[in-house]
Amino acid sequence: MLWEVDVLPADGRPDRAAERLVEAAAHAGFTGLAVATARGFLIEGDALDEAAAQRIADGVFTDSVVELRRVGKVDCEHLASAPARMTAAAKLVQVLPKVGVMDPTAQSAEQAIADLGFAGSRVRTLRKYWVAGLDDSRLAELGRKLLANDAIEQFVIGPLGIEHLPSGAPYKFELKHVTLSGLDDDALMRLSKSQQLYLQLAEMQTIQRYFGDLNREPTDIELETIAQTWSEHCSHKTLAGRIAYRDENGERRFESMLKETIFAATKQLQAQWGADDWCVSVFKDNAGIVRFDETDNVCFKVETHNHPSALEPYGGANTGLGGVIRDTLGTGLGAKPIASTDVFCFAPPDTADDSLPQGVLAPRRVMNGVVEGVRDYGNRMGIPTVNGAICFDERYLGNPLVFCGNVGLIPHEMSFGKPQPNDLAVAIGGRTGRDGIHGATFSSAELTHESESLSGGAVQIGNAVEEKKVADVLLAARDRGLYNAVTDCGAGGFSSAIGEMGEEIGAEVWLEKAPLKYYGLSYTEIWISEAQERMVVSVSDDKWEELRQLCESEGVEATAIARFTPTGNLKLTYHGETVGELPMALLHNGRPPVVREATYTPPAVTPFEAPKRGDFTEDLHKILGSLNVASKEWVIRQYDHEVQSGSVVKPLVGIHSDGPGDAAIVRPKLTSRRGVVIGCGINPRYGDLDAYHMAASAIDEAMRNCVAVGADPSRIALLDNFCWGDCEKSQTLGSLVRAALACHDLAIALEAPFVSGKDSLNNEFSYFDASGAKQTIAIPPTLLISAMGQIDDVANAVTMDLKRAGSVLFVVGVTHNEMGGSHLGLVNDLTGGDVPKVDPAGAKQTFAALHAAIKQGLVLACHDASEGGLAVAFAEMAFAGGVAIEADLASAPLAGEYANDYDRMAAALFSESNTRFVCEVAEEDAERFMACLVAVPHALVGRTFDENGFRLKWNGVRVVESGLASLKEAWQAPLRMA
Amino acid sequence: MPAPRVLVLRAPGTNCDEETAEAFRLAGAAAERLHVNRLLENPALLDGFQALCVPGGFSYGDDISAGRVLGNQIRLALSEPLRKFRDDGKLVLGVCNGFQVLVKTGLLDIEDSAGPLATLTWNDHGRYEARWVHLNATPGECVFLRGVERLELPIAHAEGKIAVRDDAALDALTSQGRVVLRYSVADGGEAKGFPANPNGATANAAGLTDSTGRVLGLMPHPERYLFATQHPQWTRKKAAGGYDPQGDGDGLALFRNAVSYFG
Repeated sequence: MLWEVDVLPADGRPDRAAERLVEAAAHAGFTGLAVATARGFLIEGDALDEAAAQRIADGVFTDSVVELRRVGKVDCEHLASAPARMTAAAKLVQVLPKVGVMDPTAQSAEQAIADLGFAGSRVRTLRKYWVAGLDDSRLAELGRKLLANDAIEQFVIGPLGIEHLPSGAPYKFELKHVTLSGLDDDALMRLSKSQQLYLQLAEMQTIQRYFGDLNREPTDIELETIAQTWSEHCSHKTLAGRIAYRDENGERRFESMLKETIFAATKQLQAQWGADDWCVSVFKDNAGIVRFDETDNVCFKVETHNHPSALEPYGGANTGLGGVIRDTLGTGLGAKPIASTDVFCFAPPDTADDSLPQGVLAPRRVMNGVVEGVRDYGNRMGIPTVNGAICFDERYLGNPLVFCGNVGLIPHEMSFGKPQPNDLAVAIGGRTGRDGIHGATFSSAELTHESESLSGGAVQIGNAVEEKKVADVLLAARDRGLYNAVTDCGAGGFSSAIGEMGEEIGAEVWLEKAPLKYYGLSYTEIWISEAQERMVVSVSDDKWEELRQLCESEGVEATAIARFTPTGNLKLTYHGETVGELPMALLHNGRPPVVREATYTPPAVTPFEAPKRGDFTEDLHKILGSLNVASKEWVIRQYDHEVQSGSVVKPLVGIHSDGPGDAAIVRPKLTSRRGVVIGCGINPRYGDLDAYHMAASAIDEAMRNCVAVGADPSRIALLDNFCWGDCEKSQTLGSLVRAALACHDLAIALEAPFVSGKDSLNNEFSYFDASGAKQTIAIPPTLLISAMGQIDDVANAVTMDLKRAGSVLFVVGVTHNEMGGSHLGLVNDLTGGDVPKVDPAGAKQTFAALHAAIKQGLVLACHDASEGGLAVAFAEMAFAGGVAIEADLASAPLAGEYANDYDRMAAALFSESNTRFVCEVAEEDAERFMACLVAVPHALVGRTFDENGFRLKWNGVRVVESGLASLKEAWQAPLRMA
Repeated sequence: MPAPRVLVLRAPGTNCDEETAEAFRLAGAAAERLHVNRLLENPALLDGFQALCVPGGFSYGDDISAGRVLGNQIRLALSEPLRKFRDDGKLVLGVCNGFQVLVKTGLLDIEDSAGPLATLTWNDHGRYEARWVHLNATPGECVFLRGVERLELPIAHAEGKIAVRDDAALDALTSQGRVVLRYSVADGGEAKGFPANPNGATANAAGLTDSTGRVLGLMPHPERYLFATQHPQWTRKKAAGGYDPQGDGDGLALFRNAVSYFG
């Protein structure tokens, strides 16, 4: 029998889902609505009568203090009628996950119903909305825009009209071949696109030749396997490939661009350090590993999940974080995840709904969905989200960026794994379903307004608790030595995991053995599904039974699905029948080299002309209220940043815990006072001016954030994440190469090695405008630099909030005439000016000198100057600490040429030059502080006071004067609640 | 006196078990983390322990509602052994999700013939919230809060609002001294709404004890304030002088009380 249980807020209790919908609807232009909601559960079980359904309703679903429930047959009048609180005539809209989409709540409900004594029941969840005040067409529009995401859900106006839960049809095996022979180039490319292989012509030709030589056609699974392995996502063929690069300094040819720039810098540093090399595993494993202390290493990886998040922000971001946590679990023999970092790039949330191109979700909906997706995964996994940033730019409209990073702790001796010949490949964790088919190839394609319908299957839905269970048993199995190697099932699913693990051995795969979520999956779907929460371990026969029992004891499924047979071939079988056979060499080394053109032409620099004003108080307020600078507290407070109890410097600091901390510090081992420091640097606004200096600035920013809280600058490891537009365009690729060159140069100069990285190309969105013309929006070149530092003793950490009256204030570092991309320009609609550059030698010296002062306990507060320059840094320090200041910026080190004194003053206040800090120092420590900094430019510019005021001067004349509360309000108001 | 043995229960989705076990160890107990499946297979395992702690996290994903699935498992399969555990003079602590679980097990004595008197439901603002709070303790019989008057701890939850069935239910709980922890403002005065009361809890209630004082459920996380450097303003206290950044945090008192109860 199929029953429905609806749970509603009890009389007098708020209907929060309804309140949220009314608010979101108002943002989207639906006014005058009245809404009531219910959570529904469809329950089917052979032996369930109505009394049983009622017992389940009371025992499993309803909290009688605050909720009431209704039980009945699906669509019966009792369940369809609006609750009593709904006074207007309302229509019922019901939202269900599409068949085959992950429904974690239903899984837990099935467990709870079984606990109650009704084993074998099946559950599906639904949401019910009674909406008054909209006609049918507007209601359908509301359904599309706000109630259901077509990629994963369906909405029904009126009755559901079902009598059973759908279960899918059994799969009927049929071996499929794809005809390649005789296809011309056009036909090959059409096939590449229609099959969602997204391979290039030379690659399709290579495959055609390979099978032509064998005198047979490939099976579908063979073609898919090659497409997955050769995808941009899995092989990074553009950046790891041959590039002919030309800029104003001439031409340079790379055999492998990344190897010759970023990797090469790390190799050079490692050679230079010799016995003191603290890099353990770089650019090889799922995450980069560096030394932490006598017994443990730490690893770090940041991934992007841009395209899935554009289609389904919640699920995309959710699985973005889930995926990078699996990278940590799949590093070495498995690292324990200890902290997460998340950086997002969105179009401004107030973008008008009617200005959106077809196929684009409203930026506000994207932003809220992404934030919630990361929140729900990270919080449930019990991994503190300690660091992050959010950037806004109109060009992220159809293509938001979602960077998710994770840090792990791993014992020295667990830092490497290697599959052994004849090991079993054991899949651990979630079951395989149709979710996430073609994610790897899809992420390598440009988004279009058709992406949603074409690639909806590429969206994955996460189940964090499944992953937590996997993490628990995996780390227990690691410590018991039950496997030889581990990797995650990420993009490409089993095809990538087993293909990569077996690269040097070979593998025979038994596809029918993979546990499935439901009937109907073909052998190819099983192989390439990107269903979440799965790991693969390489297990010797004698350990397999113990591993199986361990997994079973915690309710985690473990299944041997392949053996790493030493044949050098990948053999895929389904119920004994060979469905595909490919040499590992073809997969991993058979991709044809492609030479890409990259050009870079530096844009002409136009002068920046500062507003000729004697008072910049309003400018400072505007900059504090600009979206990139404004407080992100509404996001941070939704993230658990203290779970695992290692928190030392939190993302929000200051007297009221609401100031912007520079970097986070966590103590991964509660028995040791050594800390890990996490910071980041990103500034796409500079990318429009010069990608080299954008990259250099991001590196400087990430490092100075870490140094500001007390990290040792000689122990900072870096990660790069390149998100660029279509790199088939030589100018786009040129700006990327230029950024990579900066990464090389700065890493060497600052002795900060890159240990891992990732790129996401093709971040462009195409659509047809009202006149039918194709328009393409490319994102600005966006490089995220993530930094992982270390601090010897967390008790020496420093926060950015001013601590007390009677201190002196120092500016450390030189301000230049670098107003290009500045926030003063942004809020005044002014362009022009030089991009901020980095003096690497000066930066290295400054970081070391400041660190020495912090280590000696001479710094009460330290904050880096970034967006909005020194004026913003001073303001943030003052309002975070609730301490008044007066400072004369004419005393701060200033260099460069200026047309007039207005320009000079504007630069002193707002230039975004790199490697600058503001420090609060106790008056009695000032001499010792200056002695530490003797070799680097610094100046005493002001003092703190016991009153409520904020005064910045220029040669003795007040140019900014404000109360602290109004500065803080300007900073907090814009994103107080999204 | 040997160190008391503490069972830190974990289930799928529990995620504060390691630091909670560490908190008990720091306080002098011998703590062991155990999967609920082991206890369901063999409830007699409880005999080897003096205290049980259900730590924070998202047991079974908090699907359906927070703590529901694990709470049901315990209520259906372990009610009797746990009631005996408590009546033998042993201790039970539920933190955050563990409190949400305890509420659904019946161990907190918050039911009458008409059903539950109180529950934990969604925060008034409808979101997950992580922030530090000030708390006033009125320990009465509660073992864990002996000698505690005020403390600061972080909360991190979405469904942490203590809601009562009606005014009579609140009167019953209050008159029996069961509301042992309340949110307050910094100087100890009454919290008047958000953010001092972070979730809209009735009567600012943050923690409840059972009728014996040996079972405590609380939403704030004592295991997240074991060390001075966990306080959000520790760098300010250090700058003001006279503060040891290597000292203890307020939360350790609860675990020490549990250990010294057996001393």
